[in-house]
Amino acid sequence: MMGVATSARPKARTGLSTARKAQNMVMGGLILLATLLVVAPLILIFVYLIREGIGAVNLDFFTKVPAPEGETGGGLLNAITGSLIMLAMASVFGVLIGLAGGIFLAEYPRHPLMPGIRLVSDVLAGIPAIVMGLVAYGLIVLNFGFSGFAGALALGFLMIPIVVRTTEEVLKLVPQTVREAGLSLGLPQWLVTLKIVLPAAAGGIITGVMLALARVAGEAAPLIFTAFGNPNINFDPSKPMSALPLEIYRGATSAYDENQRMAKAGALLLIVLIFVTSLLARRFSRKV
Amino acid sequence: MKKIFLLGLALSATAAVTSASAQSLTGAGASFPYPLYSKMFAEYKKDKGVSVNYQSVGSGSGQKQIIERTVDFAGSDNPMSDETMKTAPAKLLHIPTAIGAVVPSYNLPGVTAPLKFTGKVLADIYLGKIKLWNDKAIAALNPGVTIPPLPITVARRSDGSGTTFVFSDYLSKVSSEWKTKVGTGNSLDWPVGTGAKGNDGVAGVVKSTPGALGYVELVYAKQNKLPYGSVQNRAGTFILADNGPASKAAEGVVIPSDTRVSITNSPNADAYPIASFTYVIFYQDQKYGNRTEAQAMELKKMLSWMTTTGQQYNEPLDYAKLPSNAANKAKTIINSMTYGGKKL
Amino acid sequence: MSDPARRLPTRASMSSASDGVFRTIILALASVIVLVFVVSLYLLGKDSWPALQRFGTDFFTTRTWNPVTGTFGAAAMITGTLVTSFVALIISVPLAIASALFVAEYAPKWLANPVGYLIELLAAIPSVVYGLWALFVIAPVLARWQITFFSPEYPERLALYTKCAGIWANDQTTLQCFFVPSSGAGRGLALAIIILTVMILPYTASVARDVIRLVPADQREAMYALGATKWEVISRAILPYARAGIMGGVILALGRALGETLAVAMVIGDSQDILKSLWGNASTMASVIANQFGDAQELLHRSSVVTLGFILFFVSVAVNLLARVLIGRLTPKGVK
Repeated sequence: MMGVATSARPKARTGLSTARKAQNMVMGGLILLATLLVVAPLILIFVYLIREGIGAVNLDFFTKVPAPEGETGGGLLNAITGSLIMLAMASVFGVLIGLAGGIFLAEYPRHPLMPGIRLVSDVLAGIPAIVMGLVAYGLIVLNFGFSGFAGALALGFLMIPIVVRTTEEVLKLVPQTVREAGLSLGLPQWLVTLKIVLPAAAGGIITGVMLALARVAGEAAPLIFTAFGNPNINFDPSKPMSALPLEIYRGATSAYDENQRMAKAGALLLIVLIFVTSLLARRFSRKV
Repeated sequence: MKKIFLLGLALSATAAVTSASAQSLTGAGASFPYPLYSKMFAEYKKDKGVSVNYQSVGSGSGQKQIIERTVDFAGSDNPMSDETMKTAPAKLLHIPTAIGAVVPSYNLPGVTAPLKFTGKVLADIYLGKIKLWNDKAIAALNPGVTIPPLPITVARRSDGSGTTFVFSDYLSKVSSEWKTKVGTGNSLDWPVGTGAKGNDGVAGVVKSTPGALGYVELVYAKQNKLPYGSVQNRAGTFILADNGPASKAAEGVVIPSDTRVSITNSPNADAYPIASFTYVIFYQDQKYGNRTEAQAMELKKMLSWMTTTGQQYNEPLDYAKLPSNAANKAKTIINSMTYGGKKL
Repeated sequence: MSDPARRLPTRASMSSASDGVFRTIILALASVIVLVFVVSLYLLGKDSWPALQRFGTDFFTTRTWNPVTGTFGAAAMITGTLVTSFVALIISVPLAIASALFVAEYAPKWLANPVGYLIELLAAIPSVVYGLWALFVIAPVLARWQITFFSPEYPERLALYTKCAGIWANDQTTLQCFFVPSSGAGRGLALAIIILTVMILPYTASVARDVIRLVPADQREAMYALGATKWEVISRAILPYARAGIMGGVILALGRALGETLAVAMVIGDSQDILKSLWGNASTMASVIANQFGDAQELLHRSSVVTLGFILFFVSVAVNLLARVLIGRLTPKGVK
């Protein structure tokens, strides 16, 4: 919309005036400073959690459940298992729907419903997680009680738009010639999609799923009214479950040193897992 | 890849604890008895192999969840009002499990002796009329104590809370201004204060903020080593909260057959004035939703254990035991539980 | 799958029949996305109805949020949400754009990639972890400074506080008093703004970086050819060109800020009072949902809390559509 502004033509032709050079230097310095400011919290948080949390990451942390209030020596096994189970369930739901949505958007671009579904998916991505928690409460909790399933559904809702978007994007990167080659062999379009296009885009899709997992693994807000929390280890998705972010929330707002210690250790574990997942996702996408 | 790793972890964990998931109960509500309940249920699991999941989400939440039948039982420090009980789909029962004291705990560097408070001073602080610790009203109660000139960071609950109910019930009884301006309830329209979630959250604010004052159950102050003040009771004596003065609050109070009673501002001369029973609330008829008779039976057993064997954990955690008349009434109430009209 | 093969049809009809089945399955699954949206709308709308019916437009304009008397107005939370979000946005946008410029224009490749990645990781840190850090690390720092306003060691600050306390008591404030701490807790509106600023930085930054990279090279070269300095190129060629795209990123970040829940709920102090001091307690729509939905038992209280969720739902839809329009219009076709 805007070309080079003609008024911007520098006046001095023979050399740069000192003022302009100084301005250039100052702005460069400010930009560097601002960048440092932006990156600083990440480093500060990480260093803080390592310093404060690493001490509590021991065998007990992975093998025990939280000690009764006021006692010491518990762990977060209840939260670790809860998070894993709910994430696994959420990805079944989120990936199935998200993948189908992405395939639909990329492979049927002329379908009359395409723009509508794309719009809704994009809009869904922006809805605050806690609102999706309210929805899962109304859908599941009011009818079947607090449960790991309700938590997983809320997380699944959050995964869908992320998976849709990445799937659509990577499928569009698969060259049209690949599809044409498949079709010219006499394969029906659906087999071309399933056997040729999807495998070609697998790396990118896996990246999308991992990013979606990394994003929802840290969500506590939608779990407060759904998964609810549980001090015991629970494998039954029809009963309440704990999750790492829930325990961090509980511990961070607690007066008990032990709970705070657990929260810091849990936060450390959580962000390490999230960072590693994001790193692996990057690896994957680079390979493709 | 992560998923495979996660799955493996989940599987190995499953193998380790398969036997534990046989029976489980879910409860939610008051944070006031949470330290006690978390101890009781940890012991109960060791003893009987039954997992009880009690979430300390606040009494208000507990009451709501039992009405919506999303939990097996609720914890609440204030009994439900008749009006609230009418909104439930069936008859609810209350049993008391312990008596606790709500204490004004504070963070005042340099102040070692427990401060003295009156109901009026507490009401004025929570009304926002007293803003600084070196206010004349506080100094007059505590001659000889040098109180730093800090602002009072008033800590209070952000969630619907039985502790709030008990505290505001007491303030309403001693301050007419409080009664008309704010009133009694689980959630209030607070004139001032930093809201925090649960007794634990309020204790957290007090612990981390010089100059903070918050009302918490005694055990939260003790376990977190927060100083707390004595409060003047109805007879005019300043009482420092403890098991004894808390249980004194229930002495001489006629406990109705449904056990719903307020014991704040007790007339007993040795009583601590901001004390309360804490209750477990459940349905009389246990057949609803997809509940099985076995589950109903588990709940009944657990409730009777809490009011008998479980009582041994009250005093070590600074809660008063149930007086025998209250314990007997609880027993009768538990025995009236039914399943589909049939006695359990 | 074996079905079409058994009937041994011609190739053409086989593929069109099975294609139809596949398309139907995919469409059905994809429609679940729309279903989720519609069900959310329905559930939120249904539960909001009692409050909206009872309070009407007063719900948006009155400030009383009193569970005891059952009167609810969301003006305090709406204000809180807008103030925290916009102030955080104003602080974060220049920083975010600067970091985007650094990554896209200044840094050599070996540095640009890691820095860009670090900024993206900032978006990956969970809300609760930000909240934890704010409570344990930043709040005590703020509290230490705030406390000086109440200490006789700083008589002029104490005098200022005393003067302002008198003004606040009448539910009023002045520009000067707005910046005077009202307590020594560290928590409150200011801390919420600080943590929100950090949290939304990466959203603007990564969109800005992408659009800056999309600025055609000839834009830059034309300016350099005229003897412009790097900053002149950035300020007169790159930023104007990328302006609208960056605006899209800013609006995405706004969407994030409006709905941000736990980090804010943990630090903001949950008060529905009039804002008299930047350091005082406040609340946002999302923080009230987190704090009160669990225990709102009376129909109207619960309905009012859900209405906050309903408002957030609409606001985020609107904000997202706006961002989409802006980014879509300004991304050169074919590059995406």
